[in-house]
Amino acid sequence: MYLKKNCIAMLLAGGQGSRLGVLTKRMAKPAIPFGGKYRIIDFPLSNCINSGIDTVGVLTQYQPYVLNSYIGNGQPWDMDRIRGGVSILPPYVRGKDGEWYTGTANAIYQNINYIDMNDPEYVLLLSGDHIYKMDYDRMLREHVANKADATIAVLEVPMQEASRFGIMNADEDGRITEFEEKPKHPKSNKASMGIYIFTWKKLRHYLELDEQDPNSSKDFGKNIIPRMLADGQRMMAYNFSGYWKDVGTIDSLWEANMDLLKPNLLNLHDDGWRIYSRTPAQAPHYVGSDATVENSLLTEGSVVNGDVRDSVIFHGARIAKGAVVRKSIVMPDAVIGEDAVVEYAIVGENAKVGAKAVIGGPPRQGDPQIAVVGPDITVEDCAIVKPGEMMSADVAAR
Amino acid sequence: MNALAIIFAYANNDKLKELTEKRTPASVPIGGRYRVVDFALSNMINSNITKVGIITRNNYQSLMDHVGNGKEWDLSRKRDGLYILPPYAQYDSNMQEYGGWIDALSAAMTFIRRSREKYVVLTTGEYVCNIDYEEVLAQHEKSEADITCIYRRDDRGTTGDIAYTLEGDRITDVLLGAGVEGEQNMSMDMFIIERQMLENLVREAAMRGQKSLARDIIRRHLNTLKIFGYEFKGYARRVDSVQAYMQINMDMLQEDVREELFNNPNGRIYTKVRDEMPAQYLEGARVRNSLVADGCIIEGEVENCVLARGVRIGKGAKVSNSIILQKSEVLAEAHLEHVIVDKDAIVRTGRTLIGRENLPVLIGKGMVI
Repeated sequence: MYLKKNCIAMLLAGGQGSRLGVLTKRMAKPAIPFGGKYRIIDFPLSNCINSGIDTVGVLTQYQPYVLNSYIGNGQPWDMDRIRGGVSILPPYVRGKDGEWYTGTANAIYQNINYIDMNDPEYVLLLSGDHIYKMDYDRMLREHVANKADATIAVLEVPMQEASRFGIMNADEDGRITEFEEKPKHPKSNKASMGIYIFTWKKLRHYLELDEQDPNSSKDFGKNIIPRMLADGQRMMAYNFSGYWKDVGTIDSLWEANMDLLKPNLLNLHDDGWRIYSRTPAQAPHYVGSDATVENSLLTEGSVVNGDVRDSVIFHGARIAKGAVVRKSIVMPDAVIGEDAVVEYAIVGENAKVGAKAVIGGPPRQGDPQIAVVGPDITVEDCAIVKPGEMMSADVAAR
Repeated sequence: MNALAIIFAYANNDKLKELTEKRTPASVPIGGRYRVVDFALSNMINSNITKVGIITRNNYQSLMDHVGNGKEWDLSRKRDGLYILPPYAQYDSNMQEYGGWIDALSAAMTFIRRSREKYVVLTTGEYVCNIDYEEVLAQHEKSEADITCIYRRDDRGTTGDIAYTLEGDRITDVLLGAGVEGEQNMSMDMFIIERQMLENLVREAAMRGQKSLARDIIRRHLNTLKIFGYEFKGYARRVDSVQAYMQINMDMLQEDVREELFNNPNGRIYTKVRDEMPAQYLEGARVRNSLVADGCIIEGEVENCVLARGVRIGKGAKVSNSIILQKSEVLAEAHLEHVIVDKDAIVRTGRTLIGRENLPVLIGKGMVI
């Protein structure tokens, strides 16, 4: 029998992440490598443990193997606990029935037993595709002080971009009066971050209600939140300020990595708020006699003999002599051959870029077009991958 | 592997100077993110030895902090795993230092006697190498040896080292305090022996007040026991002087050494994980032929160096042929050549410190220069 937990987290990690194309072909979005030594899921997991939340259910569905083995027993995040810790929650068969998670709300509904077993007062709902540092405990304390039924974290975005987000309109006390999904004419710039705290008894009720509604798409944003608002439940906005980025697309994934190279956007040196990760045991990285490295991140196990600038190089990656890497992300164990040129590109895990190959290029005008070489793909010597192209099969020389 | 291991990590060594003022040679930081004992511990787990005792005596705070419960080496187990063997109260607690391995083994005898493994691997915690003890045991069993002594061919013997004379694989003489000219079969202070035989030999030797395994057990039994040598042909160096320490770090800049030690199919070298972010190279960074650990922030010039975790090299600073240990800072415009900067030290703006290749300048832990 579990003893009571005050607040547990449910982390939605089952989305297909189709907008990330070949990068999510063999792994769920939260498992995508990020920032040199992390995977996306390290951020919400580390935020949890740093906020004093040691019980996290990770809801998986799509391509879960990489994610499952990465999370393991949760030890890197200090979540190998006698009570609580991290639990992987795939869909399972109950009695005669069994179905996939049909929506975010349905995913939580199917795990009501897991939550009841922990018997929490509050449930924190998180997504596995955001990069940010946040103290959930502060948000929880506000939720409790406000006697709220739900608290939704919001971020002020530039007004002209507000129509890309779910916008929360709140009164001066922070009580949410209206929720608009991607409004054409936004009334405020408070964008939902996809981070919710619910009083569990309330949420449980609405999950059951929603499950019985045949017209519901079983989604938090589309169904649960509007219904709770319509019923006049006490819904509060929690203002977050700081770095936050949704990395659901190639462009935003690339941008978020580049953001790490800018000072003062997201400080990962913070001793009081470490981002933990499961790291392979590798030697410190080596920079060779002919190499140049500037404005970049490098991590253990990588070997650089080429010319690297404005880039993020992951563990075990190798950049050969004469190779030029600019504004790019080279993921774990990828190899960049001699004299290859990689610009404005993402080179996937374990991909091989041959000698003198050319991947991507600088933008002629407007936004950069990021070239992507998928995981395990081989690009032959002298082959070319044009800006904006995404390679999901081996590339021969043209 | 049907063996338990004993790692001797108690010895001190004056030749390591300030590096061992507050730690034993086994817990000296090396290679940017390791401690010397990581090699011994990783070699055990990579050889499928899952019961490991570490013998400590003084100065073991730093070692204990590092190894913890052995989790990082996969040695935190319900059954067996890692055992720290501090001096036992019942064993002559007036003695300040162990006189030799026989004293140390006598103190650890309860641990050894309670084990059920057939063999014992004995090793110092001061060697940097990646060795497969399963291969050594295979030879030990095949040759039906009583004791197998691991050695390397080397001409860098120093006073106090032990060398073997061999006929075929059999050891016929033990040269103590060798310092002999030319290439020798230098002892690596690593042995395989049957557990029960070790118990008997140590008990006998202790009763006679004998101290040294090499002198009082190996040499005395050359004619009565089958004592064989095993030549380790890979990279192996002992951290036994400041010069050796410098050299081993510099050797790690060579690709073949790095590959053998850290990318060996035999297994990886594990260490305590610190969760530092990747190293940041800022504008103006110029790094050549160097090993750089996570958490570093580099704005200056670095050549032929090993930078440990969380080191900062300021703008316009020039650092060459040096080792900078964890969390130390070299501020702007400072100039360092042939320097070892221990942990948490600060080299102030504009300072110049020049050592020599065989006489590096040593900046102690936490110093501000």
